[in-house]
Amino acid sequence: MTIKPPVSADPSAMNKNRIIALVALLLIVCALPFMVSNYRTFQLTLVLVYAIALLGLNILTGYNGQISLGHGAFYAIGAYVAAILMDRFGVPYYLTVPVAGVVCLAAGFLFGLPALRLEGLYLALATFALGVSMPQVLKEKHLEHWTGGVQGIVIIKPDPPFGLPINQDQWLYYFTLAVLLVMFLLGWNLLRGRVGRSLVAIRDQPIAAEAMGVNSALYKSLAFGVSAMYTGVAGALGAIAVQFVAPDSFNIFLSITFLVGIVIGGLASIPGAIYGAIFIQFVPNIADQISKAAPWAIYGVFLIGFMYVMPTGVAGAVRIAWARIKRKTGGAGPT
Amino acid sequence: MDAFLNQVFAGLATGGIYASLALALVMIYQATHHVNFAQGEIAMFATYIAWTLINAGVPYWPAFFLTVAIAFVLGVLIERIIVRPVERAPVLSVVVVFIGLLVIFNSLAGWIYTYTIKVFPSPFPKEPVHLGSHLFSAHQIGAVGVTLVVLVLLYAFFRFTPLGLAMRAAAQNPDSSRLVGIRVGWMLALGWGLAASIGAIAGMMVAPTVYLDPNMMAGILLYAFASALVGGIDNPGGAVLGGFIVGVLENLLGAYVIGNELKLAFALVLIVGVLVVRPSGLFGRVHVTRV
Repeated sequence: MTIKPPVSADPSAMNKNRIIALVALLLIVCALPFMVSNYRTFQLTLVLVYAIALLGLNILTGYNGQISLGHGAFYAIGAYVAAILMDRFGVPYYLTVPVAGVVCLAAGFLFGLPALRLEGLYLALATFALGVSMPQVLKEKHLEHWTGGVQGIVIIKPDPPFGLPINQDQWLYYFTLAVLLVMFLLGWNLLRGRVGRSLVAIRDQPIAAEAMGVNSALYKSLAFGVSAMYTGVAGALGAIAVQFVAPDSFNIFLSITFLVGIVIGGLASIPGAIYGAIFIQFVPNIADQISKAAPWAIYGVFLIGFMYVMPTGVAGAVRIAWARIKRKTGGAGPT
Repeated sequence: MDAFLNQVFAGLATGGIYASLALALVMIYQATHHVNFAQGEIAMFATYIAWTLINAGVPYWPAFFLTVAIAFVLGVLIERIIVRPVERAPVLSVVVVFIGLLVIFNSLAGWIYTYTIKVFPSPFPKEPVHLGSHLFSAHQIGAVGVTLVVLVLLYAFFRFTPLGLAMRAAAQNPDSSRLVGIRVGWMLALGWGLAASIGAIAGMMVAPTVYLDPNMMAGILLYAFASALVGGIDNPGGAVLGGFIVGVLENLLGAYVIGNELKLAFALVLIVGVLVVRPSGLFGRVHVTRV
């Protein structure tokens, strides 16, 4: 029942096959918007947005073992920063994304400071409270001047630059994809080395990690800040894609959706963030046809079911399947 | 002054609800060191069961006790079937399973009963009651009364019955209890059943004021967390007192200081504040672990 996915089997070992596979995947991903409708392109953009948010949550919860049930709050902050900057101050959309990231980095770091003293369950409680109370804070009268209160803010969809012959949805998809690539590359670099090992060490053996000289307080608050930054960037991109922010779309169930995403995608796994994002984007769409409540019933069953039978999520299953294929064919691929 | 007293009393009335739910949380925490995130949703679902019974023509009080019994069975079943396999799992797995339960009960209620708000009857008369020169709603007084009765019954159960003693022993020292022949697993299941029953009572007492809908418990659960933490999460009496403190504070702050919009943020500040400044709460034991 323990969740101990490997730190990844030496992720720096990028052999030739892997690089070819990744490039091929990237080409397919780039070609997708020309093969599907605009609405599907919009949905795929949201998959990319969620993937960034999930990677953020995974850094905190999967790698560092700090449970957050309130990441929807950071997503909301990112979304509102982008919306307010564009709507009230006329800042171009591409500049709002890094600003949202920096604001959330600070917010996450600050929330992480008291959270340092909280372990496991208590941190889950505190972040749960954050997630539940966020919509109310956003509706607050004194902030209405900026946040637009219950009505929220409507954003205008950006046009593709340099007269590119693509439509707005396609451009937004590529813009989000570019941000995603940068964020994933940063995340991969962060997690494969010293920092990643320290985070995992703190999760698995906090006392031994301290004894080995890992600065637990620093790494924990760093993980909180970085995690919030990823989620904030995703929030900003999500707001631009949806063209609308309102307090009630950032309720506790958004935070739970993120948790569903990382549990199903795979805790402490970078590709897991993408599997999880695909799940939380498309499964509710399909299940919606049965009943309005059906997606959540399915989420709940999957949450509990995965904890019982597949605690490493889809990413873990893929890893196991891959290892089996390799063993059968006798190849000495990535172990 | 009159308005002030009315606010205090209204605070005590909601405080009673928080106290009941906090008590349910503490019962499960004491026995298993788990915080049951699904507690509020189980209470909400039980209230829907009561609503179904009442709508089917069952008089209020029989429906009330029947619901308490059904909630008890539901609690025992949840412990036996869903929680037991993760009893020794890491905190993250346990939290995820509880969140899964929360989501399942919420969506089940939405699926079966739709998301439209329903009116839930109060068993107490509609006319306000005169106490001295003040007017109070009979439901508020009734709710406080029911909470106190539940408390007294629970206290008597744990203090004076062999089963209550066995449950306390199982929570305090599972290994030694097993050696003297207490079936610890079943004691935990009974604790879950009791917690679900208490939650059901809290749900039925709060539903006439907040109305019945699948999301009615999210805020209340937050206050119950705050209450349990203020009182000390391993101290039942403290949790009850915490419930009343939080209820009154919430009402007074809402009426005079921060307004109604930021009440939930107050719960957040309270939770984080207590956890950071005094994690054991007002009456909890300070835990020292040996490394």
